[in-house]
Amino acid sequence: MSEARARILSRLRAAPPSVAPDRPDWQPPRFGDQRLAKFRTMLESWRAEVHDTTAAAWPETLAALLGTKLAGKNSRTVIHAPNTVTGQTLAEAWAGRSDVPVLVPYIESVESFKTVLVQQADAGVTGTVAGIAETGTVVLWPGADEPRLMSLLPPVHVAVVAASSVRDTMADVVTEQGWKDRMPTNVVLVSGPSKTADIEQTLAFGVHGPKEFVVLVLTDA
Amino acid sequence: MAETAAASTFVERAHKVLGNTKLRGNFRRAMDGLMAKRAAQFADIAAWKSLRARGAAAKRRVLARLPELLEQLEANCTANGIKVHWAETTHEANSIVLKILQDHDARTIVKGKSMVSEEMHLNAFLQKHGIEAIESDLGEYIIQLAGEAPSHIVMPCIHKDKGEIAELFTRHIDGQPYTEDVAELTDAARRVLRSRFAAADAGLSGVNFAVAETGTLVLIENEGNGRLSTTLPPLHIAVMGIEKLVETLDDIPPLLSLLPRSATGQSITTYVNMITSPRKPGEKDGPQEVHLVLLDNGRSRVYADNQLRDTLRCIRCGACMNHCPVYARVGGHTYNAVYPGPIGKILTPQLDGIAVAGDLPHACTLCNACVEICPVNIPIADIMVRLRREAVHPSDSPAVMGAGCKHTATEAAVWAGWKKMYASPALYRMGAKMMQRFGNMMPGGMPLLKEWTSVRTRPVFAKKTLHELAKEQGYSDV
Ligand code: SF4
Repeated sequence: MSEARARILSRLRAAPPSVAPDRPDWQPPRFGDQRLAKFRTMLESWRAEVHDTTAAAWPETLAALLGTKLAGKNSRTVIHAPNTVTGQTLAEAWAGRSDVPVLVPYIESVESFKTVLVQQADAGVTGTVAGIAETGTVVLWPGADEPRLMSLLPPVHVAVVAASSVRDTMADVVTEQGWKDRMPTNVVLVSGPSKTADIEQTLAFGVHGPKEFVVLVLTDA
Repeated sequence: MAETAAASTFVERAHKVLGNTKLRGNFRRAMDGLMAKRAAQFADIAAWKSLRARGAAAKRRVLARLPELLEQLEANCTANGIKVHWAETTHEANSIVLKILQDHDARTIVKGKSMVSEEMHLNAFLQKHGIEAIESDLGEYIIQLAGEAPSHIVMPCIHKDKGEIAELFTRHIDGQPYTEDVAELTDAARRVLRSRFAAADAGLSGVNFAVAETGTLVLIENEGNGRLSTTLPPLHIAVMGIEKLVETLDDIPPLLSLLPRSATGQSITTYVNMITSPRKPGEKDGPQEVHLVLLDNGRSRVYADNQLRDTLRCIRCGACMNHCPVYARVGGHTYNAVYPGPIGKILTPQLDGIAVAGDLPHACTLCNACVEICPVNIPIADIMVRLRREAVHPSDSPAVMGAGCKHTATEAAVWAGWKKMYASPALYRMGAKMMQRFGNMMPGGMPLLKEWTSVRTRPVFAKKTLHELAKEQGYSDV
């Protein structure tokens, strides 16, 4: 197949040259002190649920939210990542309580954890590395401690966002965090619950991923 | 594809479909909605113009440096652990995919949406070799059940209404009652496909942008099936055309700001999925292996021509379809091509050759609507005209396969005569007189006129020529 490679490249090289134009100036939008408000309205426009809370109180906020959402279910299972700050905070706050859902850690490989993820999980809780105001987006940075599927397979995805990590645009986040030198296995930008409009342009939620997307904004973090 | 395309012409197919009021209603409704939503996204025209200039420049830079960027992408992907393959033809690409699957004993694969895999006719190929390919994008799943091809590159089942979909689901999904409730239909698909995802041996996807600088594959979608296809199965194969590159990560934000807004009028898709490597040690999920298949299929030939090369800037947003008055009336299947609408009308004859798809550039009124809204500013209409000319009057560019194949001596003679007549006042005067005297006697069905008069009323020639009328008005120098 390397012959294919050589032939394709030599055809491309034989083509007449064209000049690479400069990148013209382009100013992404600025929101000033409206940034957090924009972040929230945009997220809500995607039908995400946004709740303001604090670094100390969010596990309680979540317990109350899930209490309502999962009411009527016998077993309530929430997937968390115990070796992340988010997962650890949650586990400590919910330890020994019987009025909260059961926390199941995602610490083994998907091959053995698949059944729990696909069939039992009611919600998955993840951290985020940034929020984006322009589009109402949160940035997930999965890794060894926070696996990829916990934000995708459970019907509810809860993302915890520090208000101070919210930026105006994606361009700001990419530059400021120096992504180009440290791209991980996978980065995901999430803007709302899974949706489709494939049937007669009618919106329907949860076609493959979460039906509900809950964003907890930590106003003091 | 080639055989079926030659079997009937665009005009014949269009005639059939124009009588289908239901289909026309489905398209009209959808296109009107999409145009309005896009317009709302780009209400600030100055901002749109500078954003488009930025996006177009990013893609023009890629084309100016394509061979070296492909090598850079390959080097970075390889360093990240992604295995890169090159295919000159769709057959080669299919064989590469098959080989990878066979090496892993894969029997079923789940697919995210990929137009390149449509271009390869991959599903049929795999089926012949005993491998089942399941489309998991809801729209693609629906048309796979129906045994049809996509009619739009972004919204594949846009031609179907919910009644037709309800019937399909009742027929194909065990225990599914007839319902036209969209949420219930969506839930049914989720149920069926969830178990297919969990059991699949491999996932296959397309690529929206591949970043040469970092070796990252960027995939955008709303449903999450793309993320599932590229995360849950142990093996991920991505297929992409060799033009789908960007130089740097910094080019992604402006292009992402253009693509979904142009496509569906959303400021961003639900998921932007950036894949840079297979599962690393310690990571709990993600595929163990990621393969990237780079497909040429004629693109490097198109690249040889500096004008036609612009076609390769396309980011497949589908906006040109949504704004095309021809597409809105005849729908996607009439083009009998993987890529319909304006981009299809210029891309298909370049990939498959003018002998196969030479009628497509004529299925266009040159209204320029597509050029106005194309987010990377492709001069679609100019390329359309160029291809029309190439069909009868080939240039010496090697880029157009089948150039000159529509050339006929009669037509060439008619145009040569026409040119002579218009270049000489005496001949022109004589010609006009002839038409005035005898024009109305020409039978409508006569050879050269027939194509015109079969769909239009034959014009009635005036009793006096324009020159005569002008003279009567007192103009002496005519
Ligand atoms: S030609 Fe332009 S408008 Fe049409 S699909 Fe490609 S990028 Fe979009």
